[in-house]
Amino acid sequence: MTKVTMIVNGKSRSAEAEGRTLLVDWLREGLRLTGTHVGCDTTQCGACIVHLNGEPVKACSVLAQEVDGAEVTTIEGIAGADGTLSAVQQAFQDYHGLQCGFCTPGMVMAATSLLRENPRPSEAEVRHYLEGNICRCTGYHNIVKAVMAASGQDVPAVAAE
Amino acid sequence: MYDFELVKPASLQEAIEAMQAEDAQALGGGQTLLPTMKARLAMADTLVALSAIEEIKGICTDDDGRLCIGGGTTHAMVQRDCAESFPALASLAGRIGDPAVRNRGTIGGSLANNDPSACYPAAALACNATIVTQNREIAADDYFLGMFTTALEEREIVTEVRFPVPEAAHYEKFIQPASRFPLVAVFVAKYSDAVRVAVTGASSDGVFRWNEAEAALSGNFSEDAVKGLSAPDADGMISDLHGDGAYRAHLVKVMCARAVKACA
Amino acid sequence: MPKDTGIGASPKRREDVRFLTGKGRYTDDINLAGQAHVVFLRSDVAHGRITSIDTGAAEAMEGVIRVFTGEDFAEVGGIPCGWQITSIDGSVMQEPKHPVLAHGKVRHVGDPIAAVVAETRDQAKDACEAIEVEIESLPAVIDMKAAVKPGAPKVHDELAGNLCYDWGLVQENKEAVDRAISAAAHVTTLELVNNRLIANPMEPRVAVGDYTSHDDHSTLYTTSQNPHVIRLLMGAFVLGIPEHKLRVVAPDVGGGFGTKIFHYAEEAFCTFAAKALERPVKWTSSRSEAFMSDAHGRDHVTKIELALDAEHNFTALRTETYANMGAYLSTFAPSVPTWLHGTLMAGNYKTPLIYVNVKAVFTNTVPVDAYRGAGRPEATFQLERVVDKAARELGVDPVELRRKNFITEFPYATPVAVEYDTGDYHATMDKLLELIDRDGFPARRAGSEARGKLRGLGINSYIEACGIAPSHLVGQLGARAGLYESATVRVNATGGLVVMTGSHSHGQGHETSFPQVVADMIGIPEDQVEIVHGDTDKVPMGMGTYGSRSLAVGGSAIYRATEKVIAKAKKIAAHIMEASDEDIELKDGKFTVAGTDKSVAWGDVTLAAYVPHNYPLEDIEPGLEETAFYDPNNFTYPSGAYACEVEVDPETGKVEVLAFAAADDFGNVVNPMIVEGQVHGGLAQGIGQALLESCAYDADGQLLSASYMDYAMPRAHDFPMFAVDSSCRTPCTHNPLGVKGCGEAGAIGSPPSVVNAVIDALASGGHDVGHIDMPLTPARVWHAMHGGTPNQRAAQPAAHSEETTHDRSVAGAATNV
Repeated sequence: MTKVTMIVNGKSRSAEAEGRTLLVDWLREGLRLTGTHVGCDTTQCGACIVHLNGEPVKACSVLAQEVDGAEVTTIEGIAGADGTLSAVQQAFQDYHGLQCGFCTPGMVMAATSLLRENPRPSEAEVRHYLEGNICRCTGYHNIVKAVMAASGQDVPAVAAE
Repeated sequence: MYDFELVKPASLQEAIEAMQAEDAQALGGGQTLLPTMKARLAMADTLVALSAIEEIKGICTDDDGRLCIGGGTTHAMVQRDCAESFPALASLAGRIGDPAVRNRGTIGGSLANNDPSACYPAAALACNATIVTQNREIAADDYFLGMFTTALEEREIVTEVRFPVPEAAHYEKFIQPASRFPLVAVFVAKYSDAVRVAVTGASSDGVFRWNEAEAALSGNFSEDAVKGLSAPDADGMISDLHGDGAYRAHLVKVMCARAVKACA
Repeated sequence: MPKDTGIGASPKRREDVRFLTGKGRYTDDINLAGQAHVVFLRSDVAHGRITSIDTGAAEAMEGVIRVFTGEDFAEVGGIPCGWQITSIDGSVMQEPKHPVLAHGKVRHVGDPIAAVVAETRDQAKDACEAIEVEIESLPAVIDMKAAVKPGAPKVHDELAGNLCYDWGLVQENKEAVDRAISAAAHVTTLELVNNRLIANPMEPRVAVGDYTSHDDHSTLYTTSQNPHVIRLLMGAFVLGIPEHKLRVVAPDVGGGFGTKIFHYAEEAFCTFAAKALERPVKWTSSRSEAFMSDAHGRDHVTKIELALDAEHNFTALRTETYANMGAYLSTFAPSVPTWLHGTLMAGNYKTPLIYVNVKAVFTNTVPVDAYRGAGRPEATFQLERVVDKAARELGVDPVELRRKNFITEFPYATPVAVEYDTGDYHATMDKLLELIDRDGFPARRAGSEARGKLRGLGINSYIEACGIAPSHLVGQLGARAGLYESATVRVNATGGLVVMTGSHSHGQGHETSFPQVVADMIGIPEDQVEIVHGDTDKVPMGMGTYGSRSLAVGGSAIYRATEKVIAKAKKIAAHIMEASDEDIELKDGKFTVAGTDKSVAWGDVTLAAYVPHNYPLEDIEPGLEETAFYDPNNFTYPSGAYACEVEVDPETGKVEVLAFAAADDFGNVVNPMIVEGQVHGGLAQGIGQALLESCAYDADGQLLSASYMDYAMPRAHDFPMFAVDSSCRTPCTHNPLGVKGCGEAGAIGSPPSVVNAVIDALASGGHDVGHIDMPLTPARVWHAMHGGTPNQRAAQPAAHSEETTHDRSVAGAATNV
């Protein structure tokens, strides 16, 4: 076991890790930040996406020791300090972009990265960027709408199309 | 995963030394190796993470005009930084996995693994890129030795890949919808003196050059030249639940024709 | 104007905030003090006899607490089946024992052989590899038709054979159906496969068992759609724990789609081991493990024949289906191909004579049970495909052929034992045609052709039956449970309400929509109503969430309990205002006396109920809390019409969905936003079944699609925006809300329109392809276009052996794949 320290959601946090400890397990079990989820074991589903030094990565395929010292943002660090939802989070609620909520943290983290890279994506760009995130509930329809809305683009209201 | 010791060398020299440990394994971006280890299909006593080695990251052009990409360069960096210097390669890199995977996965890791359905081997072989290790330079023509097999020796690390940039090139990929690896993909590279066509995803021997197409295209670089060919032999093609050998062989021809058309 | 609150409004979901900020509490987020971890050693062969298990080396390893094998469960019951089917000959179905851990034999890849409990999950995993198991391999039973031949190897040695049951509906009609088909002007025959699927909720299953010796109580935290059902099944049938000593908690559940209905061995194991070891025991499924331990869905092989007269009226329908049960009977498995499938074969049509035969078969595969739609997608697919094929054979418009045969008068008693209460199939078809611009299709097709693509339009109707009921009827049909729902409405002194419901959300948004109903009835803000669910210690009783039953059955129970609360509150209000009970009216949270200006606020009445200083104590007790058990007297019957427009790339066979439209009739709608979301999700799974998803086994019973690397599910870029409409509303006549179910419709109605569209596209290019089995992968479509046989490995067990394909090709000229 080795002590691993990272800046997580703006605060220095430490927990033990074996060589094989994955970043996602370090966050969930070491820091009890359980908002980051594990949906698969083949780097396919995206439920575990966090921002590592500002870039989205799949925390199930990164070793905790390897990124000792890094800055990590998880879903718990996206809302404002006063609890105000980010534009992406708020749009997901406004446009019913989530149902069971399990893929949601990864979706929000991915969408947040997308809008940082591309502030006004087209529908096709949104769909393409989310290629590494599987949602089984929504058919993606309202997720795509939510991301478009979060970028400030006009989107038909929910349940009024 | 079985447990292992993780070491994080900060320089290539440290990495080379770390790789001397018994049963050491280099770790590139980990996007294939870690899932494989999670499934306990691979193990190592020492895992040597290459991600902290700045000297094997980055992209530049050498005196011969070749595009030189450090082995530790991520797909995202290639996607971004080669968009003008080698658009076909940037496009290939930008379609590997997904954005999160592209932020970790590296060109060196991909070429060292040589998955029969990986994207980068097609580009490397089609360009006859030079694969550079700490010990030597290997021409792509001599490098790919079959499914998950390369000319790399134990403890050898891919430090750089040098691509002669073609006059025209295109990578046409038909994805397997679950893994999102190519079901079949074709990289066509047109040089002043030759046309090279490399195919990935199709053969159980891994990436290969489609010689008939190269010959036809060298005389007449057009979609029609490909359409006039028979599909390659289905024997030896991968046959799985996503497509049998005959279908893959057919796709090789379709993808090749489309790649040529896109080069125009 | 859309409403802002109450029934018919679309308030934002209150549960979203915790999910969006990482504060959801799923079962895997629960870690108890002193918790140990279990990892199961699972069979890597499909069928074999266990000749020895040596756990010595594993038990000696670091961190290992105990290794369990089948022997440890010798005194414990097996995993029970909740439904018994009676065969045509009057015999009851064959029902094999389903041990918690394999005993004697392993019967599918993934069958648990042993369980290692250790301090950490990695230690348990390491020790699993040190268990020495010898298994004598036996021939795998994979192909259903071969499995029921005399002399076939048996999955269960103690049973007479691999046939679970041979069921007919309605047996008395069989001869008349046969005669009508013989005499018909035209008979369209289709042989097809309904592909085996894996539900794949994004949250893998998890179970945490706990035991406290001071009060001899067991607690199970589990990823379940119905914790009370698990409590009953596991307590009464497996572990012998009385319900008052057993608590089952399902916290936030990350999707289910059916596969989290059932009681699983891992749940029983963790509860059992926690007591045996006096330590909490946790199991977290990996995704790869989920593929071989979650119940699968669908997997039918069917022959369907539709008879028509010279005027194209449907005169008779006959089907024969082989339904895969897998190696053991999962909780509701026997009911899926029978009462949830056979009873739907009338569809939207007034076919007077129908006969359905279903042979359920044991194979060496993972058990098969309900998956979103459960039986109804299988019924809808075959019916809507055969109708489309008939239209093509007869050269008539597929919409007009459907319209000609639509049921138009309600209630309508079908020849397959159910009575539709309401519906308007022309209305949803009209609405659909508005959504899709059918007149513009030829121009769009021409545009595709100009780009070298084949364009197709597929349309179908559907009907489904949900909110399965009533209990007295399902009891006669073999159910070993009631199918009511319960609700307790507890009003607090200060006027807020807590609603305890036996329905349990795994994404449906109950915490938002149920308060809309209650708040609407009383006339108070929705935030005054809190929903409690998912905990058997907090909710009196419940049958859970499946079969699109939550609002129709659970919501109706809430409605009834709220009615009782209001009735009592009116008595209190009458006393306070010195008026007669009958004159009291409740509106906008205020009680008034009709014809007077007297009023008393909701909060004053609720306070009086708990501070009964001025109270009719001689007539009623203090307090304001009521419970209702609602047992519907029929299913509800949502219906609709769907259309899919596709483009096929003739060079690769790749199908792209360009447009999808759904016009549904769900009766009254409480929350249109949530209803639309449910339809979107259902469409994604239905289109996924049609184009991408396939659980494939090889002839040895090895699972080929064993991870996300091979099991393809839709991604965002596989779909266009959907056009969905639920404005056609024929309210259900027998529940107080007039609602029907909406959770499964999308998955039930969409596969045939996708396949119909692809067949249409291929026909436009001169490829007369009768049928292609799902999923319509590029390889299959391309092979079908070229008259070839696509890789059969992509089919499920029953469909891929030479035996079955031979039988199918002999009988079905249509089936050229």
